[in-house]
Amino acid sequence: MSLVTPERRTASPPHRIWNPQAECMETDLRRALQLELLREQVARMNRHCPYYAAKMQAAGIRPQEVQCLEDVARLPFTTKEDLRDHYPYGIFAVPLREVVRLHASTGTTGKPTVVGYTRQDMENWTEVVARFLVAGGLSDEDIVQIAFGYGLFTGGFGLHYGAERVGATVIPASSGNTERQIMILRDFGSTALVCTPTYAVYLAEALPRHGVDPSSLNLRVGFFGGEFWSEPIREKIQSLLGIVATDNYGLSEVVGPGVCGECLERRGMHIAEDHFLVEVVDPQTLAPLPDGETGEVVITTLTKQANPAIRYRTRDISRIVPGACACGRTTRRLARVTGRTDDMLIIRGVNVFPSQIEHVLLQFREAEPHYLLVVTREKGLDHLEVRVEVSQELFSDRMRRLWEIREALQQKIDNTLGVRAKLTLVEPGSLERFTGKAKRVLDLRNAPNGEQS
Amino acid sequence: MRVQQISIFLENRAGRLAAVARLLGDEGINIRALSLADTSDFGILRLIVDRPDAAQQALRREQFTYSTTDVVAVEIPDVPGGLAGVLEVLQDGGVNVEYMYAFVEKANDRAVVVFRFENLEGAASLLESAGVRVLTRAEVLSL
Amino acid sequence: MKYFQPIDETMPVDQLRELQGRRLADVVARVYRDVPFYRRKLDEAGIRPQDIWSIDDLAHLPFTTKEDFRDTYPFGLLARPMSDIVRTHASSGTTGKPTVVAYTRADIELWADCCARTLACGGADRHSVVQVAYGYGLFTGGLGMHYGSERLGAMTVPVSGGNTRRQLMLIQDFGTTHLCCTPSYALLLAETADEMGVDLRKTNLRAGYFGAEPWSGSMRRAIVDRLGVEAFDIYGLSEVIGPGVASECCAHAGMHIFEDHFYPEVIDPATGKAVPDGTRGELVFTHLTKEGMPLLRYRTRDITRLEHGTCACGRTFARMERVSGRTDDMLIVRGVNVFPSQIEHVLLEIEGAEPHYRIVVDRRGRLDDLEVQVEVSPQLFSDEVKEMEGLRQRIANELHSTLNVNAKVTLVEPRSIPRSEGKAQRVVDRRQMETS
Repeated sequence: MSLVTPERRTASPPHRIWNPQAECMETDLRRALQLELLREQVARMNRHCPYYAAKMQAAGIRPQEVQCLEDVARLPFTTKEDLRDHYPYGIFAVPLREVVRLHASTGTTGKPTVVGYTRQDMENWTEVVARFLVAGGLSDEDIVQIAFGYGLFTGGFGLHYGAERVGATVIPASSGNTERQIMILRDFGSTALVCTPTYAVYLAEALPRHGVDPSSLNLRVGFFGGEFWSEPIREKIQSLLGIVATDNYGLSEVVGPGVCGECLERRGMHIAEDHFLVEVVDPQTLAPLPDGETGEVVITTLTKQANPAIRYRTRDISRIVPGACACGRTTRRLARVTGRTDDMLIIRGVNVFPSQIEHVLLQFREAEPHYLLVVTREKGLDHLEVRVEVSQELFSDRMRRLWEIREALQQKIDNTLGVRAKLTLVEPGSLERFTGKAKRVLDLRNAPNGEQS
Repeated sequence: MRVQQISIFLENRAGRLAAVARLLGDEGINIRALSLADTSDFGILRLIVDRPDAAQQALRREQFTYSTTDVVAVEIPDVPGGLAGVLEVLQDGGVNVEYMYAFVEKANDRAVVVFRFENLEGAASLLESAGVRVLTRAEVLSL
Repeated sequence: MKYFQPIDETMPVDQLRELQGRRLADVVARVYRDVPFYRRKLDEAGIRPQDIWSIDDLAHLPFTTKEDFRDTYPFGLLARPMSDIVRTHASSGTTGKPTVVAYTRADIELWADCCARTLACGGADRHSVVQVAYGYGLFTGGLGMHYGSERLGAMTVPVSGGNTRRQLMLIQDFGTTHLCCTPSYALLLAETADEMGVDLRKTNLRAGYFGAEPWSGSMRRAIVDRLGVEAFDIYGLSEVIGPGVASECCAHAGMHIFEDHFYPEVIDPATGKAVPDGTRGELVFTHLTKEGMPLLRYRTRDITRLEHGTCACGRTFARMERVSGRTDDMLIVRGVNVFPSQIEHVLLEIEGAEPHYRIVVDRRGRLDDLEVQVEVSPQLFSDEVKEMEGLRQRIANELHSTLNVNAKVTLVEPRSIPRSEGKAQRVVDRRQMETS
């Protein structure tokens, strides 16, 4: 179902395409190109990445046996655990001197997942981000406020370099500090906003509280990603801010943002298919699913040099949108991501695994840590609360000491998660009483009345 | 001279304090003195009770997190300047008070202040040598 | 001897002066034509652009100050249309509004070159692993060194500020060779490494680029000793470009100012007259090549002295001594500039807050602590700890939003802040600073 009204459709400007040659390539030609790149990639992995060569050997497939695009299904998968086991540089397919950038994403325990980029990888990443920015309406006349975090997280940098390539004015606002974001929106005359969809809603609702009328701003377009969102949220952002809001998707294990992004039609995200081969598989049987069916997204990088990934299991659930798009691009489209096949949470665009908290608590000599991650959404902003039962080992009768313990725990959690969590010390046994059993996650973001205790 | 104090971890939400009071009441345990230190999240309830062992048993059974600490109870003349005199003794002796709380006895002309010191023995003898009366365990429980 | 741009960095002095003169004439003509603010200033001073021929004519030009940024906020000093601007950054202003700076594509290129020069000054090359632990975002520190490292072709680790344990994990696991952070953060890293039982001297860490705040000789010795690195002092400010204005080289004889782009003068802050080489005074910069927001004679308020003459490293650029102080009351806390007037501005916005406050800055062996003590007026007082805690938190949040650095707020009793001549003393800086 499309929520794009006919009026808006006729009112939308003509589609601009950043790289027509790549984005509007004939399907047969593209498939031939993909096959060629895939064969190269597989051969290279087999030569330079011992862990993947071993996997191929175990699967009984040799590089030269990849004869057609469908043969990709015969190749073994790559998982987050593979990246963890070869931390930090074991997955790289090039010598370190050729790596010009490192990023990292959340790992399932204490160590992050590391990804590297060669100069050519940086060039390609910038290119694919520029494509979806232009597809979503950005031009060199725009002033882009990037409210994604910078740093090891790929979100900020991906959009930063892409917008710079397009020639827009980049404001590297980074995340947080809403008052300052609003001041920049107003004073700098930002025309484009980059952030997570929940933060966009939060900002939009905070504007009137700060005495700013959204219609007085120059904002025209917004590029939102880093977490799941829905059509109603899009409608809300579009009407509150008076902008065109597009979705984009990516993950650092394959590149960062830029794997795909919506055009102004807003009916699925165009995949940069000359750089990424996207499959959707049944998460149970791992068998490939036909276009239109929902399953786990699996991505093979076709051009990545530093750490190529073959059949990387994203754990994200989505489907391919069948048919051609009215914008003129011939690339296939990925529908919104609707969920996960594991217990990962996304808080303000940051991935959080419950196992990370467990890892921290074990360092506090908690033999049997009892904890619960509670996620709520207030005024459109996600809040993560970590409830930890106070055992005899953690307790002190002195307020100052107890507070110090709390601070130390808080600091470790902050260091590990990379997103601010509120730590609440609770009485022993209260978590089991609360949930009925030792459940680790309570996600109340979509609950109508918030927490029912 | 030492008196055993029980400290209990409580979440700062309605009914928790009552739950402890009810538990001890049902066990027939009498609270002699108490203090509550709280933050917006949680609090520490400190108690002196007539039957500490029974109280601990009950708390353990009900899964409360608690600890026991030795404190000193000091008798202070219930007159203006009474407390100041005692605190000055401690200050002059270089003794640091970690925390303290007081209760006043109606029947007598005196107040009792409970102190927690890093160096309990040293502080107690300092007070006694300055003529301040430190209560025995039995005296505290019979208050 | 390694240079990033050998021809520029070792240019004979007479050739350099001639180049600076040509560039000065060009920039004066540009700002006169394109920036109404400068046209008015130059007209008022009775200067026509064609009167400017050589670098010696600089002394006739009017100064630019931080207040001029405030008065023309946000984009009044732009010399190019917005469509040519590809980046904006911001630093602390003296009140609620930040100081905004803008870059064209060529300015970004220039900046990357200057930061690559800085990194090369400390021996980094394309084989290095550069961990950038300056904050990224509107602050220029992170992105400046990031682009420089990328320009150099080194492996860049954009870890940004904070998260100390993770920084240490990355230094060990990624084999970081060059570190960029504030000197006080370097000491915090050393301290945390001790706690974690990590010996930084046994890692691949070779050199560090420390800037954005003043530091002392003893801090430098502590950093060199505890991190096992060669320490390089670097200098920059967003109004000029960000990091990449000046950098120490391996001769450790002061910081080379990249004066083919940023022309330095040292003046007597009272008279505005130039002081001789080797005399301390206020540092003033004139942009020679910047396009987006070129400034004439920008008064940095930083106190230093200049040394001319070729350095043992072969660079011909003038050298500046480590900054020894300020001519105003600006504080630098963890690399962020803080003006007491900003704090006053925040407190006046909080209902019932007394404008009686005191700023205490301390450095307990590691990070700067910024404490703002606020007197509690009777209408602010509540007997509920929770209420008071809420008020404290509210002031802390407002301060963070304006200052962009965390301040510890302490509520103190009325009239407890010492007053001299009936007026409160605003700033207590307990950090130990040597001048040499």
